Amino acid sequence: MKKQLAEQYEPSWWSKLTQSPYFIYILVSPLFLVLLAYVVYPFYTTFVQSFAGNNKLANYQKFFSLKSTANLEALWNSLYISVISVITCAIVGVAMAFLLERYNFPGRRLLSVLVLIPMALPPLVGVLSFTFLYGESGIFPRALQHLFQLDSVPFSLKGVWGVIVVHTFTMYTYFYLTASAAIKGLDPSLEEAATSLGASRFRVWRKIILPMLTPSIIASSLLVFMVSMASYTAPLMFGVERTMTMQIYLARTNGNLDMAATQSTILSVVSITFLLIMRWYQNRRNYQNLSKGVSVHRSEVTSKPLKYFSVFLSFSGTLILILPILVLVLISFSKDGAWTIQILPTEYTLDHYKALFTDEKTWRPIWNSLKMGFVATIGNIIFGVAAAYAMVRLNFKGKTLLDVLITIPWALPGTVVAVNLIAAFSTESVFTFNQVLIGTFWILPLAYFIRHLPLVFRSTSASLMQLDQSVEEASRSLGAGWWHTFRKIVIPLTLSGILAGTLLAFVQSIGEFVASILLYSTSTIPLSVAIFQKLYAFKFGTACAYGVLQIILILIVLLISEKLSKGSAGSAI
Amino acid sequence: MKGVRIDSVSKKFGDVLGVSDLNLDIRPGEFFTFLGPSGCGKTTTLRMIAGFYYPSNGKIYFDQRDVTTLQPNKRNIGMVFQNYALFPHMTVDENIAFGLEVRKLPKAQIQEKVDRIRSLVHLGQYGKRKINELSGGQQQRVALARALVIEPDILLLDEPLSNLDAKLREETRFEIKRIQSELGVTTIYVTHDQTEAMTMSDRIMVMENGIVKQIGTPQEIYHKPNNRFVATFIGETNLLQMRITSIDGDTVTIQNDNGFVLHGYKQNYAKDLHASIGDNVYVSIRPESFRSELGDNSVRGTIQFVEFTGLSVNYVVNVQGTMLKAMIINAGSTIKQVGDEIELHIPPSNLYFLGE
Repeated sequence: MKKQLAEQYEPSWWSKLTQSPYFIYILVSPLFLVLLAYVVYPFYTTFVQSFAGNNKLANYQKFFSLKSTANLEALWNSLYISVISVITCAIVGVAMAFLLERYNFPGRRLLSVLVLIPMALPPLVGVLSFTFLYGESGIFPRALQHLFQLDSVPFSLKGVWGVIVVHTFTMYTYFYLTASAAIKGLDPSLEEAATSLGASRFRVWRKIILPMLTPSIIASSLLVFMVSMASYTAPLMFGVERTMTMQIYLARTNGNLDMAATQSTILSVVSITFLLIMRWYQNRRNYQNLSKGVSVHRSEVTSKPLKYFSVFLSFSGTLILILPILVLVLISFSKDGAWTIQILPTEYTLDHYKALFTDEKTWRPIWNSLKMGFVATIGNIIFGVAAAYAMVRLNFKGKTLLDVLITIPWALPGTVVAVNLIAAFSTESVFTFNQVLIGTFWILPLAYFIRHLPLVFRSTSASLMQLDQSVEEASRSLGAGWWHTFRKIVIPLTLSGILAGTLLAFVQSIGEFVASILLYSTSTIPLSVAIFQKLYAFKFGTACAYGVLQIILILIVLLISEKLSKGSAGSAI
Repeated sequence: MKGVRIDSVSKKFGDVLGVSDLNLDIRPGEFFTFLGPSGCGKTTTLRMIAGFYYPSNGKIYFDQRDVTTLQPNKRNIGMVFQNYALFPHMTVDENIAFGLEVRKLPKAQIQEKVDRIRSLVHLGQYGKRKINELSGGQQQRVALARALVIEPDILLLDEPLSNLDAKLREETRFEIKRIQSELGVTTIYVTHDQTEAMTMSDRIMVMENGIVKQIGTPQEIYHKPNNRFVATFIGETNLLQMRITSIDGDTVTIQNDNGFVLHGYKQNYAKDLHASIGDNVYVSIRPESFRSELGDNSVRGTIQFVEFTGLSVNYVVNVQGTMLKAMIINAGSTIKQVGDEIELHIPPSNLYFLGE
């Protein structure tokens, strides 16, 4: 009877809609649409193109044919370069992590800062400095030649080994970061417990420390493998044509688009397989230590010979790490064309830096990259924040799919992303409002947007996960609507995460080379392509000045991010 | 202040039943507590009243208004969360003023209300402090002030004391009760702590596995439990399975397999119990109902365990193979030792009969 007394509350159509269990799918559909248009569809068109021609499988038969083995050789080269890179990176990265986390020696503090320098080097700039230092006409080989009065340089970095050395230098940081985090998380009392139970030092290593590090080592191995497979700049600069990425590049520049599509598809399959293995592995692993606040004891290096040895090691480590930047700075002041067979450049000038900001033609690529990076990053912010919120806070079917689709462009080699975009957008399509994008301003920002999709998404979801949901509920219970809560509570509390991802996406866009080289049009040459062109015109000074500018930009961003992540400690309640 | 009526509400999470067929009437101004072990559905019920969950079935009314699927921000409720959920990027005053700003009150009026509530919760000079500069107890009071300043129709408290240490918890308990009775706001309090429930509430709802086990005043719940769950969950008790051997007018005689015989009164039958001669029943005897002097239901046994708490002496006594917990108020008499004989009696009015 009470029911009849109750005042009838008739919901409007809008609230009926918003309370429907299916309303969530209306909310997340734009996210899926963007991914469909710019990730799935280009991928699909490449896939279709790889089967072009009368004989559907012709391209694949050609790829795997034993008559002309160029492609198989490339696949094999890519695979073994990647495997060796994983091994060398693992050795250097894990050894560095142990050295810096567990031992105390002169120069440790400096080294532990410099150890991350490779992260601050844009790929192209990094390879560039290596060829200046150790290449055939590089500073070191020539210096040795002069010193010992040899007829030719005694050694030089080239070919496959050049690629591997550069990979080791640029990618060991993946191992270093995860291994040092794992070592930091290693509770020293575990080792003490093992020792107290009678285990020898060696046994502690084998039975306690290594098993605890295995998850991080495996995760970084998969990552380094993926990044090596995708590597393009190093093979390009060291002239190793028989790698997958180079083959794609060559097929595309020779106009053999079907073959490029086939190669891209095969490379994508390898990359995506590794991505899925990595995701699977990361979900099932984890012996994270929960005991906090116990700091690891650093052993002091005591014996005299060891001390000298460690000083020598840390000094040479420091030198190796800092030389690439020093050489870039040095050459950026050198006069173009004046450096031929001498060890070091002979004439110096400030002109290149002046030109950066005064000469219209030199300034143009910087301005282009800033503009295109800006556009791409705006897209990354909007998409990344929305996707992170949906992923962390909403509950809907297809969450895993969304996560995988966002991560795929990150796993795909830049070369493949470019080939996909060419396949999809050289003709009009619905997704581009019936415009051809190739050859316009928009294609590069789109490529940057896709390649850096996960950056803002990741950092934002990380800060969202730290934000207790009850804080949002508290706001709602006090009468604030969803939008008000989002603006006044969610955004301010996750701002540091959003900004960190945004800055990273922005610098990455500014330095992007791999997709740019395949997609750029002469009206919008980006910075990285300009560096490449200056190099081939033997304008080393200008190229290096561009490089130094990029490094400065990256260092500023790293500094700000560091500040931000410290400032966010208060929001982690 | 409003009343809350819950009409046949169920809540499913996938296939798991969180709350099943709940009916409840909370009177305006009442202090009402949901009590139960974790996972019993008490927080789920609270969140349905707050609007963070919508029921799978049934209706929720605030007075006469159907709010079953009304959004939480339209309900005019005040909620205090277990972890307080204070906004870490705002000061104490900004936190408290948040709900008033949402309601678009004039600035001057907001400041006046914030000042008033701040002194009510004894946070007078802390207005400009950041949240992370406050202690746990102070944060708790900010959360309470923030929920109360909007003059909510209903105040919802979700285990608000569970993050405080024992001493502070007791203080804050009195404080919440004082403020609640001063403002007279309808309050729903969720806890798993029976002391909090007993001391603060006008009425208590005991829940287990999504089902209501009993609704009643603290005295009713304690002295007249409806079933074995309530009898054992609230306070300590001796729960014995016994058989009725005779009923003589109001007096019921029961016996267990060890030949242990007791007398009780029929008026102490639980609400739904209809037991007659030969039936098995459970009898609940609170440890504090034992008396050390002689009288009816006299029992004699050997002491198995002694515990001195200061306030009382707790014994575990073996009576013909049946273990009984007895609590004797410490009045200075000598304390017996393990192995000693002891003779106690249980007033028949302290036996309470429960069904299977």
